[in-house]
Amino acid sequence: MSNLPQVGAIARRSIIRTSRQPASVIAPLIFPIALLAVNAGGLRSSTELPGFPTTSFLAFALAVPFIQGALFSTMNAGTDLARDVQTGFINRLSLTALRDWALLTGQLAGVVVLGMVQVVFYLVVGLAAGVRFESGPAGIAVLLLYGAIVAMAFGALGAWLAFRTGSGESIQALFPVLFVFLFISSMNTPRNLIGVKWFQVAATLNPVSYMIECVRSLIITGWDPQALALGFGFVIALGLIWLTLASRALRTRMTRT
Amino acid sequence: MTEKNGIEVEGLVREYKKGPRAVDGIDISVAPGEIYGFLGPNGAGKSTTVHVLTTLLPPTAGTARVGGYDVIKDGPKVRGLIGVALQEAALDPLLTGRDHLRLQATLQGVRKNQRHSRAEELLHRVGLADAADRKVSGYSGGMKRRLDLALALVHSPRILFLDEPTTGLDPQSRTALWEEVALLRREDRVTVFLTTQYLEEADVLADRVGIIDQGKIVAEGTPAELKAEIGRPSVHAIPHREEDRPRIAEFLAQFGEPLASSRDVAVRLRDGLVLTDIVRAVDQNGIDVADLELRAPTLDDVFLAKTGRTLEGAAEEAETEQPAMRPA
Repeated sequence: MSNLPQVGAIARRSIIRTSRQPASVIAPLIFPIALLAVNAGGLRSSTELPGFPTTSFLAFALAVPFIQGALFSTMNAGTDLARDVQTGFINRLSLTALRDWALLTGQLAGVVVLGMVQVVFYLVVGLAAGVRFESGPAGIAVLLLYGAIVAMAFGALGAWLAFRTGSGESIQALFPVLFVFLFISSMNTPRNLIGVKWFQVAATLNPVSYMIECVRSLIITGWDPQALALGFGFVIALGLIWLTLASRALRTRMTRT
Repeated sequence: MTEKNGIEVEGLVREYKKGPRAVDGIDISVAPGEIYGFLGPNGAGKSTTVHVLTTLLPPTAGTARVGGYDVIKDGPKVRGLIGVALQEAALDPLLTGRDHLRLQATLQGVRKNQRHSRAEELLHRVGLADAADRKVSGYSGGMKRRLDLALALVHSPRILFLDEPTTGLDPQSRTALWEEVALLRREDRVTVFLTTQYLEEADVLADRVGIIDQGKIVAEGTPAELKAEIGRPSVHAIPHREEDRPRIAEFLAQFGEPLASSRDVAVRLRDGLVLTDIVRAVDQNGIDVADLELRAPTLDDVFLAKTGRTLEGAAEEAETEQPAMRPA
C-alpha cells in the first residue's frame, strides 16, 4: 500500500484542526504584523544610523514576521501532537497501518501548508504597505521556498518536543525561550551596528539572525549569496537535527511490536 | 498454529518497572467467532493484556498469537486483522465523526472508492448518521463510544478487542452497544475479546468468561459453568437496625458459610436447605430482618469464591493501592 494517502490524511487532519481553532490561525497572522507596525513606527529613526542598509525600516523589519510566525507554528504543531500523546490518540494511530515517518511527514506537511498561508499573508501585507522586493518575483519565489523550509524545520522542533515530553504545557512553557532567541538577534538592528558588545556577540552566535538576514537580503539587498547560503544552511542543518530527534522520539512514543 | 480468527495465549507475563506483575503467566484460548469476556476489577491486568494482544506492549515473557500471527514477530500483520476500541475512546474533539471515519479508513488502507460508503454504512450502523458532521467535542459519552466502535470496524476486522467499552455509559447506551456487539458476532462471525468490570455485561454477552485478579486467571468457563461450580444459592438478610447485624450474622451462620458483604448479611446455603427453612427459623427465633432474599449464584459469587473478595471490594482496593506504573 502506498503511504502517500496516509501522509495526506494526517496533513489534512493537521490543517482541519488548526482551521477549527481560530486563535491558532489568527494569532500567528496578526501578532507578528502588529509587532512589525509598532517597531516600524517606533524605530524608524534607526534608518538614519550611518551604514543602515535601507531607508525604509518597514522593509528592513518585514523579515521578522516570517521567523516569528514559524515560532508560532512550532508551538501549534507541538501542542497538537502533545495532546495526541496525552489523550491516547497516538495509540489509535499506532494501531493502524500508519508508518512512523508517514505520521511525522503528514504532520509537517500540514505545518508547511499553514506556514505558507502565513508567509503569503506577510508578503501581501508588506507589498500593500509599499515594500519593494529588490530581488524581484524570483526573490519572492525563493522566499516562499524558504518559508516552507523554515516551517518544516520549526515544525520538526515542535514535534520533537511533543514526542519527547508528551505535554502541551511543557511546550507552551518553552515559547518564551524561543522568543528570547528572536529578540537576541539582528531583528531590529543590523549586527554590525549593534553597539552593545555582548548583544552583538549573542546575535552573531544566534542562528535566528541568519534566518532573518536571509529573508531580509531578498527584500532590501537583492541577491546576496552569502546571506542566502547562511540562512538556508542554518535552517536546513537545524531542520535535519530536529527531524532526526523527532523521528527517534516518535519511534519511542509509538511503541508497538 | 492458532486457528484463523482465534487468540492463543500461553504463559503471558508483563512486568512494569517498580510495580508488580500486571499480567502473571496467563493462558487464554479464544475460538473463532467467540465472544470472550475478560472480567476483573480495576488494576487486575485486563487492559495490560489487551495492550499486549494488540501489539501496543511487548510481553515480558510468554507467547501470544492473534489470528495465527505472533504479536511480537508479526505486529503489522496482527494490526491488519484486528479492530481495537481502547478504554479511553481517544478521539479528536476538533474533528467530526465523519472526519474520524475518513481518517481511520485511509490509515487502515481501505480503498479510496470504498471509504465514503464504508463510513456511511458505519455511521448508520452505530446510529450517528445525524451527528456525523458535528464535532466530537459535542458528543455524549455514549456517542463517543459508538464512534469508537465504528472506527474499530472500519477495515472489517476479523477480531475485535473492546477494552471496557461500556464503562461510564448510561443503561440505554450500554444495552445498545451490547446489541451491536452481539450482532457483529452473529452476522459477521467476528471474534470478540471484551474486557469488563461489569458482571452483567460478561453474563449477557460472553460465550466464555475468564476472571482475572492480580494478574492471574482465577476462573474460566461459560457463565453457566462458572456459576454451577458454586452450585448453592445464597441467602441475604437486610437488618432492620444496624446494631442487629452481628446477631443476624451469628444466627445465619448455622445454615451455611458466611459471605463478605457490606450491604447485607449473607451466607452460602449448605446443600439441601431452601429459603423456607430459613424463613421458618428466623420467624421462630424472633430475628428482626427488613428483607430476606434467596439469590442464585452470580459471577460475583464466583469471583468471591475464587479470591475471597467481591468484585466491588477488589476494585476499591485496586484504586487505593494502584502504583504508578511504567513499562519495564
